[in-house]
Amino acid sequence: MAGVRIRSWISLIVIAGIFLFLIFNMSVWQHMLGTIFPNESEVVYPRAQLPQLLREHMILVLASSAAAIITGTSIGILVTRERGRPWLGIVSDMSSLAQTIPPVAVLALAVPSIGFGFKPTVLALFLYSILPIIRNTITGIESVPGRLIEAALGLGMKRSQVLFKVELPLSIKLIMAGIRTSVVINVGTATVGAVVGAGGLGTPIISGLVRENPAFVLEGAITAALLALFLDQILARTEQSLSRSLEKTT
Amino acid sequence: MIKLIDITKKYGEFTAVDDISLKVKQGEVCVLLGPSGCGKSTTLKIINRMLEPSNGNVLIEGKNVRDFKPELLRRKIGYVIQYVGLFPHMTVGENIGIVPKLLGWEKVKISRRTEQLFTLIGLDPGFYSNKYPHELSGGEAQRIGVARALAADPPILLMDEPFGAVDPLTREILQTEFVKIQKELKKTVVFVTHDLEEAIRVAVRIVLMQKGRIVQHDTPENILAHPKNKFVHDFIGADRALKRLSRFPVSNIMREAPVVKSSDDLFKAAKSVDKRGFRFLWVIDENEELLGWIDTTRLIRNKEKKEDVITRIPVSRIAVRSDFTCKTALSRMLAEGIKVVPVVDENQKIIGEISLADIEKITEEVAHTWQE
Repeated sequence: MAGVRIRSWISLIVIAGIFLFLIFNMSVWQHMLGTIFPNESEVVYPRAQLPQLLREHMILVLASSAAAIITGTSIGILVTRERGRPWLGIVSDMSSLAQTIPPVAVLALAVPSIGFGFKPTVLALFLYSILPIIRNTITGIESVPGRLIEAALGLGMKRSQVLFKVELPLSIKLIMAGIRTSVVINVGTATVGAVVGAGGLGTPIISGLVRENPAFVLEGAITAALLALFLDQILARTEQSLSRSLEKTT
Repeated sequence: MIKLIDITKKYGEFTAVDDISLKVKQGEVCVLLGPSGCGKSTTLKIINRMLEPSNGNVLIEGKNVRDFKPELLRRKIGYVIQYVGLFPHMTVGENIGIVPKLLGWEKVKISRRTEQLFTLIGLDPGFYSNKYPHELSGGEAQRIGVARALAADPPILLMDEPFGAVDPLTREILQTEFVKIQKELKKTVVFVTHDLEEAIRVAVRIVLMQKGRIVQHDTPENILAHPKNKFVHDFIGADRALKRLSRFPVSNIMREAPVVKSSDDLFKAAKSVDKRGFRFLWVIDENEELLGWIDTTRLIRNKEKKEDVITRIPVSRIAVRSDFTCKTALSRMLAEGIKVVPVVDENQKIIGEISLADIEKITEEVAHTWQE
């Protein structure tokens, strides 16, 4: 247990170190991409600094993911309550169905009504990343054996106590797995936002594709990948401390 | 005291419990017994409002259970469910402490109480307290389930097939332990089972149910001796006379045993007990430990030498204790081919005897009974 915790700390620190080093050292990029693509005249996206792009990207991801986590887990919890149960089937079918719609399609549909830029992108990302969260929350809570719910009620727990002392602690691993998947996918999907002018790490990628400069593509892609890894590690830590603190409240 | 008045529970067209009225006295173990689907579990769950009846009322100490919030009511009623239902994310100690914690007890008081309960169920608190449920054997888990129900010392205990998930051997041990604990605690217990042997072992009164109705409500002895109709007769089976014997402790029909020291004049002793109508004479040594027996008629007739007349017996195999059941005594007699077995105390000292004829007297009561 302690060994696992230390190892996860080390990998978090290593990833964070590489990440920060690359963001603030453009000369490293210059050198690295210059070596890979010796024929390109420009190897680093010139029109925006990497920290600026990263900041835009983070805001897109955090805004949409935060909204998705709060709404997704709430919906998942609501439809597994006694009163919400009639909705369980519909919500769980809808969340599977909605996952099949590509985010670009959501963007294309959102732009005419909301306009270009930040808002439609956050909306598209929100709709797309809420689905794995809802599904895992439902699966997690549904996987708690009925006899445990019966025991909890029989011992005299209130419905809310059953949720916080039994159902959530026992399903937190699955719920957090859904959140991690959702956030990691979100970091990648958010690059699409650049198409409608939301900025972020998609900007050098789109520009690279248009100008047929693979160096720009790589610059955006590597940074996005590192961001995804970094956030995943942070969430892994959160999962551990969350399940520990939930156990303590019992 | 628990009182059920005209309880009916319907699921659509199906009537699970059909107009049941029942009283469970203070300190009594009332077993709801019957085949699956007879409504016994439903009846139990109506008592602590896990289910609401379609009709009728439940009174506990004269108060209607509907007047309490369900969760507050349940904290005052111990509940042991089938398959135990220990919470896998809590330690065994935390599992036991759930209800006291819900009731807002102080930490020190909870841990003191938890320790008490471990001792009560015969497990070492230091060893088990910090274990997780998946580290327990089936029997240990069931014991913890009972301890958890007893944690806040509720006057009432509801048990829904509490020993259903373990092997028969462990189940019998748990039943015996439960009877012992219950003798000490004197809770008012409603106990659901489909196992007749279990019901006979633990019940003060049995409520035999069929299709949502009470068929017979009586002591185990009376149900076995006088089944009310064909259903009861068939349910308790053809060997009911034998089953009934397990309700009677040896002490009930034990009688004084004629004893002689091996150093005494055996012939004289034999003659005197023969006059009193005994045929067998138990022989003890200087430490008053049982050695064997003498057949007095043979001794008087043959006047054999002293060493040969004593039939030595393996005491531990033959002798019974006064708290054993007559069923055990009978099986010892049959196994050893003898008609009288000695009753000894924990020091192997003889305190009486029990004979086949006396056991037959109990079974005779069953013989004339309900016929089709």
